[in-house]
Amino acid sequence: MFEYEFMRNAFAAGTIIAIICGIMGVFVIARNMSFLTHTLSEIGFSGAAFGIFAGWTPLSGMLLFTVISSVIVGRLSVRAERREAAISAISALFIGLGILFLSLANTNASYATNILFGSVIGISSSDVTQMLTLSILVLIVILAIYRFLKFDSFDHTGALVKGLWTNTLSVVFLVLLALSVSVAAQIVGSLLIFILLTLPAATAKYFAHSVGRMMGLAIVLALVGVWSGLTLSYLTNYPVSFFIAAIEALFYFLALGWQTTRTAAKG
Amino acid sequence: MTTTAPILKLDHLGMTFPGHPVFNDLNLTIHRGEFWSIVGENGVGKTTLMRTILHQLRPTTGRVHYLPTSSTVRIGYVPQFRNIDADYPLSIRDFVGLNLTGWKLPWLSRRERARVTDILAQTGLAQLVHRPIGQASGGEKQKAYLAQALVERPNLLILDESTASLDPVTKTELLDLVQKINQQMALTVLFVTHDIPMARRYAEQFLMLTPQGSEQGPIAQLTDQKVWHEEAQHV
Ligand SMILES: Nc1ncnc2c1ncn2[C@@H]1O[C@H](COP(=O)(O)OP(=O)(O)OP(=O)(O)O)[C@@H](O)[C@H]1O
Ligand SMILES: [Mg+2]
Repeated sequence: MFEYEFMRNAFAAGTIIAIICGIMGVFVIARNMSFLTHTLSEIGFSGAAFGIFAGWTPLSGMLLFTVISSVIVGRLSVRAERREAAISAISALFIGLGILFLSLANTNASYATNILFGSVIGISSSDVTQMLTLSILVLIVILAIYRFLKFDSFDHTGALVKGLWTNTLSVVFLVLLALSVSVAAQIVGSLLIFILLTLPAATAKYFAHSVGRMMGLAIVLALVGVWSGLTLSYLTNYPVSFFIAAIEALFYFLALGWQTTRTAAKG
Repeated sequence: MTTTAPILKLDHLGMTFPGHPVFNDLNLTIHRGEFWSIVGENGVGKTTLMRTILHQLRPTTGRVHYLPTSSTVRIGYVPQFRNIDADYPLSIRDFVGLNLTGWKLPWLSRRERARVTDILAQTGLAQLVHRPIGQASGGEKQKAYLAQALVERPNLLILDESTASLDPVTKTELLDLVQKINQQMALTVLFVTHDIPMARRYAEQFLMLTPQGSEQGPIAQLTDQKVWHEEAQHV
């Protein structure tokens, strides 16, 4: 299958996505942000639709919408009790807008399904370059704030005592998350992006007990899902996001089952 | 060990939650190397006072001063409650290492690793370094919290009922350790506790909060009558 350029691009893109999702996912899980990640991906859908409507690329629209909304959500989320309801409202609004923009843009339905569910065929080598650039940017920022982000994510109480600028950290992290969502949505689609940003890391936390190891394992799990998903999709012609979702969910439930039987065995 | 340099000064400090005064006009000067115990019945405002000292709560009146400047005071805090559920993944070793933020690289330097190993040994956690802290017992968790607070070498340590869930032997071991650092490195300690015998054994000064006000002095003045009087009035 590597004789086709689009498959080579898809594998390159998938590899970048898996690495970014493995790293970011560990923080997403530690900060309890699965739900928010889901919302950001819906906002990403709306942004992509807007991008098409405005005559830009879907990725540019996505970046615009997710980054702006992540900053807004970061300010909202100060009051935790109200957060879930507020986030649901925002997400409903954005899905609605996305549908509106798509119909205004007058594109055919397959374009919409590509945004929502992802596609293998659509990825050009300039897309890959763009994703690579964004991913490197995300990685550099993470590296620069790594110890602070780690402390705040895994022990918010301790980070507060230390006087770390936790509010700033939280906004910076949301912007990074927005960038990652936009990058990853290119291949798995905005509906399923939160799978790669949450499940591999959620699985890894049952087996690895340091942040570095969790990241390593999450990256491996994401890579296995993405690579086998792409291969199976190529062989069967079924959608790639179906395979990725199924594989990652399978890993997660196996880990959960393993953990349950182990704790049960201990008494 | 007490030197004369003040490290913390509470200046007419008052705290009122909406419709609910907690403490009022509290004045206190704490010197480097002193060991204070903070006592008082449940709900009287001990944790609130500690969080005000940490600048996590803004006082309604008065001020908290760090001396000589705020940048010279490094605080270690072992809070009364912490969110660590059974699923929490980090090992005790990694949890303790979280507090090392002085250096930038993602991984710990050799010196930092040695410091973590050292503090884990001192707090009696050497055998448990790889245990996920979510699965550790209540007392083991408390030890890990103390180790995390101590790993960055604070000069002001705040313990909020940090020994409440420890067995008598472990309790003594940990407080002996805190006392050792207190004496050797002039660590200032604020020890919030309901355990009057322990307060008498380790502290040099006491601050007793009561609903009416507060009282402070050398620990010898924290008499049984005083403690009983407080309890009798409110039980
Ligand atoms: N954020 C808050 N908002 C409103 N009231 C609060 C808040 N935090 C504490 N209180 C109230 O302030 C009082 C003092 O609480 P605090 O936790 O400081 O008591 P404490 O002395 O530490 O008690 P304990 O010995 O049980 O730990 C309590 O009546 C409590 O209900
Ligand atoms: Mg308390």
